[in-house]
Amino acid sequence: MTDAAELRRRTQDLLAAHPPAGTERLDFLRARFDAGLAWVHFPEGLGGLGLPRSLQAVVDAGLEAAGAPDNDPRRIGIGLGMAAPTILRYGTEDQKRRFLKPLWTGEEVWCQLFSEPGAGSDLAALGTRAVREGEDWVVDGQKVWTSSAHLARWAILIARTDPDVPKHRGITYFVCDMTDPGVEVRPLRQITGEAEFNEVFLTGVRIPDAHRLGETGDGWKVAQTTLNNERVAIGGMRLPREGGMIGPVARTWRERPELRTHDLHQRLLKLWVEAEVARLTGERLRQQLVAGHPGPEGAGMKLAFARLNQEISGLEVELRGEEGLLYDDWTMRRPELVDFTGRDAGYRYLRSKGNSIEGGTSEVLLNIVAERVLGLPTEPRTDKDVAWKDLAR
Amino acid sequence: MSDLLYAEEEEALRAAVRDLLTDHCDAAGVIARTESDTPHDLALWKSLAGAMGLAGLLIPEELDGQGATHREAAVVLEELGRAVAPVPYLTSAVVATEALLECGADDLLSRLASATAIGALAVALNVPAGGAHRTVRLENGGLHGELTGIADAVVADVLLVPADDGGLYAVDAAAVTIVPQVALDLTRPLATVVLDGAPGRLLGEAGPAVRRALRAGAGLLASEQLGLAEWSLTETVAHLKDRKQFNRPVGGFQAVKHRLAQLWLEVVSLRAAARNAADALATGEDTDVAVTVAQAYAAPVAVRAAEEALQLHGGIGMTWEHPVHLHLKRAKADSIAYGTAGAHREALAELVDLRGPQVRLR
Repeated sequence: MTDAAELRRRTQDLLAAHPPAGTERLDFLRARFDAGLAWVHFPEGLGGLGLPRSLQAVVDAGLEAAGAPDNDPRRIGIGLGMAAPTILRYGTEDQKRRFLKPLWTGEEVWCQLFSEPGAGSDLAALGTRAVREGEDWVVDGQKVWTSSAHLARWAILIARTDPDVPKHRGITYFVCDMTDPGVEVRPLRQITGEAEFNEVFLTGVRIPDAHRLGETGDGWKVAQTTLNNERVAIGGMRLPREGGMIGPVARTWRERPELRTHDLHQRLLKLWVEAEVARLTGERLRQQLVAGHPGPEGAGMKLAFARLNQEISGLEVELRGEEGLLYDDWTMRRPELVDFTGRDAGYRYLRSKGNSIEGGTSEVLLNIVAERVLGLPTEPRTDKDVAWKDLAR
Repeated sequence: MSDLLYAEEEEALRAAVRDLLTDHCDAAGVIARTESDTPHDLALWKSLAGAMGLAGLLIPEELDGQGATHREAAVVLEELGRAVAPVPYLTSAVVATEALLECGADDLLSRLASATAIGALAVALNVPAGGAHRTVRLENGGLHGELTGIADAVVADVLLVPADDGGLYAVDAAAVTIVPQVALDLTRPLATVVLDGAPGRLLGEAGPAVRRALRAGAGLLASEQLGLAEWSLTETVAHLKDRKQFNRPVGGFQAVKHRLAQLWLEVVSLRAAARNAADALATGEDTDVAVTVAQAYAAPVAVRAAEEALQLHGGIGMTWEHPVHLHLKRAKADSIAYGTAGAHREALAELVDLRGPQVRLR
């Protein structure tokens, strides 16, 4: 029997044993995990069956057709996309068994404690300290731009464990308990008026050594797994025509002929073409991944979408004329989901300003393309052989 | 969704064409030829069209063609673009061929496929699909008139001439006067065709044949533009890794790195757009939008790539000896060929229902 046919059979068995109509959502998700149908490319016993990732679509299609509940992947994106692959690769058996199941079912939300006020693009310069005390590590420092911190049960955390060696070598990777009394989460209000993100203050937070991921001092290497998976997630999406930021402005254009001007028309058509080509470029990248030949285009896709989102939303504010002078709501809110194309044009314009900063600034991404794709010389490095404690700050 | 990748056979075809061009179409030779009496390289054309059979890619096997698709022709054009090869591939093996396919002119298709004849559509190179173009007068059974801007006419054996009766006529090149024009792009020579009572054979209705030919020309031109842009980027990166000023490679300066990275992003995006157009021409699905999007995107990218190549090469890029000017001139001429990016954006406004403001009458 083929893998796909076998998966279809297992999916039907799951549905027969736990009919979605008469089963609690969480019970169904736990049963799905135990059946190895959560993420089929994970190992058996950890929610998967050790099959190729592409076969997940077979399971998802069968479950969707039966109206089965899902694990609301957008709500738990950091856990699924970043924490889970890192735990799978570097975690101990105990860690994998403890963390992966409630992570996948969404019972335990995860967040990421990486960026700091003093370590943005230069993440490896981070200064949050972790000091060994018996079987524990004691952590002090401040993290920033943490989404879901106010909802999270656990965090993936990188902290400095050796200030006397160059910055990349003195970092260790931990799982941090967000219910520890030393963890304080404060909303970080942004230019849109709302607070998607948080500042997280860590004061005397105790982390048992059993919650270390990877070896002491290997945190930078472990973090690469997390960050590479972030880029895969950004590059892998599939869009229909007019599926992104261009959709709302095209609809407004069609519905409101009185707003049209010649200048806006030329700019709209140019951006429409660029959005369509960016969509095709993303699709080509996806086809390369499916064919098993991932191309380097992924690094470029984020650059393209950041610029397009900003220019398109900027055009839309202008198109709306008098309405463009207004804003829907400045109330400080804490959205659970981020929707770049949600709300009105003014919100989209302001929110998309972050697209060229979050997940790697456009300037750093251009360096990465120039160096890793085109093979141009790397930037001069003055910090390579300097102990972290002696760096300029 | 269209297949945007290259099949193995397509990569093999690319390798074969690239080998031939590496051996027989070096930049110094192309530059020398531009000012000679024979700007076209007909020996190279014989190898490509005849020995390799590439003139017949779009022609069915029963007419001596290869029965392949626009996807393969696009790969050939990428390579010809890289080398700025002075051969009538786009004009004869794509544009004239598509017009003949629409008319069902089997005998001429068979001659084109077997490389015993070169065809040229007698419509000025700047005209987009659906755009207005000149015709000649049909009087007493002979064709009369003057047509300018006809690409590759000087090497054509048969001209496909639209006349004022709405017909498309096959005219023997020997029956007309062909006067070369001084073109911006010397590797795709232009000429004026003067008809003074030339006899023509009616092939069919000009409207649909010309439209189909120009649409295919525009769609596959994007692949030529991709080849041009890719050469410009690759050459410039290689040059800047090597070239040193201020005791370091010029390619290590961040201002330069960012420009090249940005250009790389545009070139890979053009690849997706060009593959999408070639695939859409092959399958007939969503063809108008795919071709218009590709052309609206391709021309500015190819021109910018050549302009960046020139600037970033510094003084050497400004010399007649260095090949960057071949790419710049071809890219700039290509930005007008088969319609400008602006003309394609206007066409797109209709196709995807994003029409402009209403004209207000006072």
